[in-house]
Amino acid sequence: MKMARAEAQSLRRRIGDGSPERFFWGRDAQACITDLVGGTSDFGGTSLVGGTGLVAGTSLVGGTSLGGRLEQLAGKSILLATGSQLTTALALIELDGVARRLTILPPDADPDHFEAVLAGAEVDAVVHDRDLPVPLPSLPRTRGREGRGNVPLRVACAAEIVAGERLAAASRDTEWVLLTSGTTGVPKMVVHGLDGLTAAFTRNKPNGPVMWGTFYDIRRYGGLQILLRAVLGGASLVLSSAGEPIAEHLDRLARHGVTHLTGTPSHWRRALMSPAIRKISPRYVRLSGEIADQAILDSLRNAFPQAAVGYAYASTEAGLAFEVNDGLTGFPASYVGPARDGVEMKVEDGSLRIRSPRTASRYIGGGPSQLLDTDGFVDTGDMVELHGDRYVFAGRRGGIINIGGLKAHPEEIEAVINRHPQVRMSLVRSKASPITGSIVIADVVLKSGRKPAGDELHQVKGDILQLCRDALPRHKVPATISFVPMLDFSSTGKLARRQAEKNG
Amino acid sequence: MSVKLTIMHQMEEIAREHGKILTPLRDDLALFDSGLDSLGFAVLVARLEDRLGIDPFTASEDALFPVTFGDFVKVYENGAR
Repeated sequence: MKMARAEAQSLRRRIGDGSPERFFWGRDAQACITDLVGGTSDFGGTSLVGGTGLVAGTSLVGGTSLGGRLEQLAGKSILLATGSQLTTALALIELDGVARRLTILPPDADPDHFEAVLAGAEVDAVVHDRDLPVPLPSLPRTRGREGRGNVPLRVACAAEIVAGERLAAASRDTEWVLLTSGTTGVPKMVVHGLDGLTAAFTRNKPNGPVMWGTFYDIRRYGGLQILLRAVLGGASLVLSSAGEPIAEHLDRLARHGVTHLTGTPSHWRRALMSPAIRKISPRYVRLSGEIADQAILDSLRNAFPQAAVGYAYASTEAGLAFEVNDGLTGFPASYVGPARDGVEMKVEDGSLRIRSPRTASRYIGGGPSQLLDTDGFVDTGDMVELHGDRYVFAGRRGGIINIGGLKAHPEEIEAVINRHPQVRMSLVRSKASPITGSIVIADVVLKSGRKPAGDELHQVKGDILQLCRDALPRHKVPATISFVPMLDFSSTGKLARRQAEKNG
Repeated sequence: MSVKLTIMHQMEEIAREHGKILTPLRDDLALFDSGLDSLGFAVLVARLEDRLGIDPFTASEDALFPVTFGDFVKVYENGAR
């Protein structure tokens, strides 16, 4: 049901639809969205607080952060190569409806893949900021008149909005291209439209002002969802900044009075280890991106007794599929079957498949050709098991450990280890074995953050192994447990599994 | 603790954890008559690497898995030197 988007439907126009002044809060800067969107101030109050400043959303309605270059960027396939999330947010708002295609370079993009991304997305303009941590791709320098032929155009974007231009031209259906992290090699380039990205949002009026915060980067699906929710829902948003210590980020969230906060279970486990967590009191906390086991759901309920705790299942390809708000791990079996809210789910060969208007439409570039199967379903690669009247997530299809022919998902073992009251988080991985090919081992972070010694070490290790033996078949019980001060995560906020394998 | 005692201690612990009964360990005892199964030995090799810092079987490409308990201990004693 693809419809051409009317001009009034571009992100900038939709923001302009009457709401109070809002801000994006950065670490040393902020942006008022209204300045970009229209100048008039029936739209108010969205702010994006980025790692480096504040821009008023209101400024975005009528101003520009692109230095008056919007006209030149119209109709282009644009690579957004920014270091700051604040400038990313501003550029996205300005360029939707203007660009033919917007490819968003994620924060950890490998410069070795730039050429492939440029070619895959047929990029003919780059919008960048001065915070970009890596050198821009080696594009031919602009010569003569900019934007002519296939000579790429470079435009600088800054977190400062000047009074500015509005394009008279009709708004386009801009393609939004997100890059998946994933395995080695060139990231997959996933095409979405604004309609699909925002299809899950309801128009319910919130009770009181909303200040969103997210541990995600907005250049990834999970963070982008929050940016769009904030911007279209009349809320402000506190952005994180690369390399910002968690305690500082929590301090800023507290200072701006965050009411709605999102991240992966790994983000949350790390945040719960910071004493600064006590400074915030959100009304809503949300997890997504990884399996939310019972231990983390319970920890969040205890840490924020006044808050609603919700789990959202989404992926870059499948989009947002469903939310679970009952505080239990997994999801009701009744979600599978006939469509709910336009989202249809089925389980085939053990993995969850999703068909919905929120899924991406296709891949571009040299990656895999098929995003949807012939019936329009996305195979998420997430393996689920039916336990009574509930499906629980077992782990990733590709992550299975084979122990002498018996299979184990690291995630199901981690969920058991994480139930131990002294455990904050764990990483289960495969270790080569001369006898069974592989064996399961575990790295564990205690809530105390300390590495136990002597009798305590023996005691905790013994307790965890006992917990595993009581809950799991023998081959899934870790052969060894190491206590570590912290686990690594990727820039997507997920436990760094591959890295762990390599180093392990 | 000697290498041999470490190995015996670990085997007893794994047997207990896996609900197996360990045969008294003599040098000429065939490993697979010891009471541990292959998963038990896989766990043993992983734990010994933690304790002794070596996995003589994965480290060397041509290492054959020993047949008797005595040979098994020797592989570790040689590796630990």
